[in-house]
Amino acid sequence: MTAALRFDPIRLPSECVELRKQVRAFLAEEIAAGTFDPHQPNREDTDAPEFSRRVGARGWLGMTWPKKYGGHERSFLERYVVTEEMRVANAPTRRFFVADRQSGPVLLKYAPERIKLDILPRICRGEVCFAIGMSEPNSGSDLFAAKTKATKTDGGFLINGTKIWTSSAHIADYMIAIFRTSPPTKENRRHGLTQFLVDMKTPGIKVNPIGQITGQFEFNEVVFTDAFMPDDHVLGEIDGAWKQATSELAYERSGPERFLETYYVLTELVRAVGPAPDTRTAEGIGRLVAQLHTMRRMSVSVAGMLQAGKEPVVEASIVKDIGTVWEQELPHRVRDLAAFIDTEATNRETLENQLAFAIKTAPKLTIQGGTTEVLRGIIARGLGLR
Amino acid sequence: MAEVENIVAETAERIFADLADAQTVNRDKKGGWKTPLWRALTESGLPLAWVAEDCGGSGASLAEGFSVLSAAGRFALAVPLAETMLAGWLLSQAKIASPDGAMTVAPAGPRDRITVGADGTLSGRARGVPFAGDAGHIAVLAQASGGVSIALVDGSACRIEPGLNLGGDGSDTVTFSSVTPAAIKPAPQGFDQTSLLLMGAVARSLQIAGALESMLDISVRYSNERVAFEKKISKFQAVQHNLARLAGESAAAIAAATSAADTFASGAASDDAAFLEAASAKIRCSEAAEKGAAIAHQVHGAIGFTIEHILHRYSLRALAWRDDFGSESYWAVELGKRVAARGADELWPLVASR
Repeated sequence: MTAALRFDPIRLPSECVELRKQVRAFLAEEIAAGTFDPHQPNREDTDAPEFSRRVGARGWLGMTWPKKYGGHERSFLERYVVTEEMRVANAPTRRFFVADRQSGPVLLKYAPERIKLDILPRICRGEVCFAIGMSEPNSGSDLFAAKTKATKTDGGFLINGTKIWTSSAHIADYMIAIFRTSPPTKENRRHGLTQFLVDMKTPGIKVNPIGQITGQFEFNEVVFTDAFMPDDHVLGEIDGAWKQATSELAYERSGPERFLETYYVLTELVRAVGPAPDTRTAEGIGRLVAQLHTMRRMSVSVAGMLQAGKEPVVEASIVKDIGTVWEQELPHRVRDLAAFIDTEATNRETLENQLAFAIKTAPKLTIQGGTTEVLRGIIARGLGLR
Repeated sequence: MAEVENIVAETAERIFADLADAQTVNRDKKGGWKTPLWRALTESGLPLAWVAEDCGGSGASLAEGFSVLSAAGRFALAVPLAETMLAGWLLSQAKIASPDGAMTVAPAGPRDRITVGADGTLSGRARGVPFAGDAGHIAVLAQASGGVSIALVDGSACRIEPGLNLGGDGSDTVTFSSVTPAAIKPAPQGFDQTSLLLMGAVARSLQIAGALESMLDISVRYSNERVAFEKKISKFQAVQHNLARLAGESAAAIAAATSAADTFASGAASDDAAFLEAASAKIRCSEAAEKGAAIAHQVHGAIGFTIEHILHRYSLRALAWRDDFGSESYWAVELGKRVAARGADELWPLVASR
């Protein structure tokens, strides 16, 4: 028999109900105060530092981390609630999201104590922004082809090379990057890369913005020229990044951000069609809601397994595969269903603007954070096909 | 394959493995497997799992019964076990004792109505009633002038026009012409045809998800055996990605169906939440059946298209089960109407409440 795929019907525990109310109330206050417009996803929201600090002050960053490092020792399921409410409200999370989801946990696991005590509390307070330095001009999905070199020198390493498609690098305080410390070996082509904590203020780092088809400038090219990284900025094992990168992926791949990126167009469609839609529209909405509900139940199930200390790598990859394909198709389906809405619908212009942005955003959803092809390869391995 | 969660499902799974093995069933053109299988199921009390002991049943929980249905789906079971369980459950709603033998339920779709006349007899027509021809009795939900009634009817009192679903199982038209029921009682407050259809939809969703699990399993196995172009076809990336998609569809069906079953078993959800869960399960499992069956057949090539191969037992039943207790199109329209009536800003709170 093929290895079991488990998607147990995990429910969010009761403490999440109160938390959800608090998050919604907080977001409503922020919207009322003009911090952001929930109907407007197309904006440069990278610069919302005060909002980040207020989220931190509420105790909603580093929620699952030890108190010793500024964390709150709450569950992954509680973090899940905060993440999904922020995403659905279109809150400006870019400044803290990567640090909270991904970089903090890496530091917790691999950084020296001094650095943990320095940086983690600042992430929890919403003061620092992280970027991820994985892709290079000739290595994207093929992570282990990275060439940017870290050469040993007195007390540290000198970095030379280029990272690319690095989201938020232009506002980031730090980056967690992989650099080549040794060539790959014959036996293991993944050998030779090391994970580093990069202080973006280090001399020798130049960030060049790259325009995207949405009109935004969210990702960048980051050029390293003899940039010095001290020894204690090595994260984990020298040459052994490949052992560290994969176990984190379950966290990165299965969250609500993997199917809610374009959710706003569905809400706006329901608003535009009014309380009594025709059969065609009702059926279309019903199917989308059924698919959304199913995605979320799968995603919550994976969160529950993570909370229970399991490593559901295949299940998480399935969530990202199905979730990102769904959120990519969503604006197109909504466009179909909106074809016959009342031209005088009060939110027609909002919906049209949202659709234009979502349709332009859609192509990246199945590329970022592990392409569909890579994910299906991982699922195939889990099925015992490779 | 999912772990078996309880002793009831474990018993069912053992009986299915011994007496309803797909290979054996598929070779036996005369259906000789049916009698020993049904006898074993009856002896272990499974058909009346959802009937309380004082009504002649074995008093299993809803959760235990649901896991029996998942297992039945994994074996593409072709006897009226799910139907008898649903019938027993329906009769129990009105505290009507269940008779021995196979049963089914009517109506099995949203467009049919059975009515109770002034003289207490039942009239109306129900199409696509699963296994009506094999059932000794039919549990009927009927509309009376004062409300909804639940009735037990002897199958021989009705006119049954036999039909077959895509999988070759009975799917019959049952006509009630002033039929005097063997028993009839009012349904509990708030119980109506939608309540029956939602429960049926959850049952069929679990069966579809189970069948998809098996389709994934046999497709993966076949791809690791079949050699083409001098290598196992599982080594071709195109095949791997197709199977990864099948795994995704299977996973979505499992998640949707078990979530809905859990909702009904725990019984604590609001009407809208229970509707969202059951309707979504039927919609998503039906979509998964379409996509998943296509991939399973594609991986198997011509051999999977033969009557000798077991694949069709799962694929055609999964596709057939889409039609019972409201198709995905029906539930999608109803769910869409509910969502629209609640309003745009109430959609997310509904989804997040689950």
